[in-house]
Amino acid sequence: MKLTSPAFKENATAALADAQLQRALSSVGPGLAARRGAARAGLPEFEALREEGRRIKDHTLANLDAYLEAFESKASEAGSVVHFAPSAVDARAIILEICRHAGARVVTKGKSMISEEIGLNDALEAAGLEVVETDLGEYLIQIRGETPSHIIAPAIHLTQEQVEADFRRLHTSLPKERQLIEPAQLVAEARQILREKFLAADVGITGANFLIAETGTSVIVTNEGNGDLTQSLPRVHIVLASIEKMVPTLEDVGTLIRLLARSATGQEISTYTTFSTGPRRAGDPDGPQACHVVILDNGRSELLASQFREVLRCIRCGACMNHCPVYGAIGGHAYGWVYPGPIGAVLTPALIGVRNAGHLPNASTFCGRCEAVCPMKIPLPGLMRHWREEEFRLGASSLAARLGLKVWATFARRPRLYHAAARLGMPLLSLFARRGALKLPLAGSWTRHRDLPAPQGRTFQALWADTRAGVPR
Amino acid sequence: MIEHMPSIPQRPRVGLFVTCLVDLFRPSVGFAAVKLLRDAGCEVDVPKAQTCCGQPAYNSGDKATAQDLARQTIAAFEDCDYVVAPSGSCAGMLKVHYPELLADNAAWAPRANAFAAKVHELISFLVDVRGVTAVSAEFSGRVTYHDSCSGLRELGVRQQPRLLLASMPGLQLLELADTEACCGFGGTFSVKYPDISNAIVERKTADVTATGADVLLAGDLGCLMNMAGKLRRQGRRIAVRHVAEVLAGETRDPAIGEGP
Repeated sequence: MKLTSPAFKENATAALADAQLQRALSSVGPGLAARRGAARAGLPEFEALREEGRRIKDHTLANLDAYLEAFESKASEAGSVVHFAPSAVDARAIILEICRHAGARVVTKGKSMISEEIGLNDALEAAGLEVVETDLGEYLIQIRGETPSHIIAPAIHLTQEQVEADFRRLHTSLPKERQLIEPAQLVAEARQILREKFLAADVGITGANFLIAETGTSVIVTNEGNGDLTQSLPRVHIVLASIEKMVPTLEDVGTLIRLLARSATGQEISTYTTFSTGPRRAGDPDGPQACHVVILDNGRSELLASQFREVLRCIRCGACMNHCPVYGAIGGHAYGWVYPGPIGAVLTPALIGVRNAGHLPNASTFCGRCEAVCPMKIPLPGLMRHWREEEFRLGASSLAARLGLKVWATFARRPRLYHAAARLGMPLLSLFARRGALKLPLAGSWTRHRDLPAPQGRTFQALWADTRAGVPR
Repeated sequence: MIEHMPSIPQRPRVGLFVTCLVDLFRPSVGFAAVKLLRDAGCEVDVPKAQTCCGQPAYNSGDKATAQDLARQTIAAFEDCDYVVAPSGSCAGMLKVHYPELLADNAAWAPRANAFAAKVHELISFLVDVRGVTAVSAEFSGRVTYHDSCSGLRELGVRQQPRLLLASMPGLQLLELADTEACCGFGGTFSVKYPDISNAIVERKTADVTATGADVLLAGDLGCLMNMAGKLRRQGRRIAVRHVAEVLAGETRDPAIGEGP
């Protein structure tokens, strides 16, 4: 995936000027946030569940090595082959080898952000395979040559009109005069096209929302049922998941699923929740002949030992971006890599380096709404601040910002000097006021879009000293 | 009504943390805070050794400077029974983040914790600690109120300002569409990412305008300057004030961003 995070500011400016994107953003995100609010209000024990979810994940992360081993042994008993992939390169190679071994030509895919992270589609296509995304949103962006702009609603940046135009452009075997006005008509058409691909596929690749250590099971939740067809129809099923998807027990999954659907879409539970343990057994009516589980690290075990560990509690619900004012203004593509929004602002610097992704943790008002809605109680603003500290330590923040900070700190650290300067400076500054607004050079970043309210004149400390001395205000 | 801790005298000594923005840009908010605190039976002290809470450094990754300012502020207020700030953002820094900043410092961690326990945002202090349920000032008009993020989410400031505003008979409160949405200020964010900040504040001023209110109130001067600056630029005639000014009846001065 092309990395454009260093150009975040330019990306954001372009996104703000994109009328089509702004129209798309104004409806779907706020709708998801409202539905999450209603679902949360309808479940009195929601806060207790969040706490329990946090506890489950913290416990798992503290014992991750043991749970990974337990999973491997249980999954192997069930007939799956478990592969550990230290890096994206390793994961791509493992999956390519499985496809080659299976003599695959067509690969169907369920929605998987990890596959975006490792650039899987490009690798498979370069090896001559036909790759078909089967999640509707993923299918839409695949046919447009785009990347997901949201972790659960990858095509959230598109409007219905754009989808209709793409379908008419690509699905040329269908009658030209067909109606594509209702969303249901678009869905039906996608289903018709994808059904053939499901049946033709040799290998199906899905992600996993959870991997259960006690049973060796992988779990996916979808609303379209595409995941089920992707994993049960082809001869070979590959599960691609990162190490932090691990949970100890089936019961734990019950807790986390109650949080996941409500936080993501406001549903009590997703339409399809599928548990798969190994390939088809003797006597099973269907299912793949072989099942592989590829477990990706890609820098996560380093995170585990760092101050960013808590980000590994994430269950990828997307609530943080649905409630983020910055994401709501610019959408997901501006973030410039796989994971957008607050979770991306914490995860991306860890995966591609803070020098590449420095803007992401800085582009936050620290309003704290992401943390407030996170089902896993990840302190996202605090973790973004850690990245800012990391950036400052490396000297990677802008020279202007560092200089400004230094001058300000010189005064702020010396109260006498500070107040003397303010006592002199503020009345002078107010000379630049015109009808309540300051007209100043160098204030362009503020005044490009807003007036700068003028100071009242003297400082509070100066006026207070007067009142203490008996001078009336 | 009034809650007394055993060690707190009948007439507690409140150290006013003025905040740098109020000190420099809008002293009338400081005087409004003094009046409200005195009306609530407090003695008010304004330590001279205070400057800024340190958020610009803390949120820019300069932890060492933030720690210096934390120690400076803690030392300046150690004689006070309470520390009160007319800002949820600065009060949150003092109460929530100072203990985090100094947690690894054996000498300062206990002082930071003791200090944090005394810190309150102004309006929540009046209501929750001093048991104030009504103010004597008068104000008539239709107002809307913006919940600033740090006060709302770090300190739970939400009902307290509404309770006191409801005690003013001539005042009608018209709520915003999404009371939990940020105004787009975010401190240095507003100048580092001005275009994004602008998109966020535009949504907020649209919501403000949609209420039909004539006055916009909030408890944080940073947010207020952001929203007032946008409303002025848009040519809207909505007066913007700190909630303490209205509660204290200190509305002689022109509203934020207005003047000759």
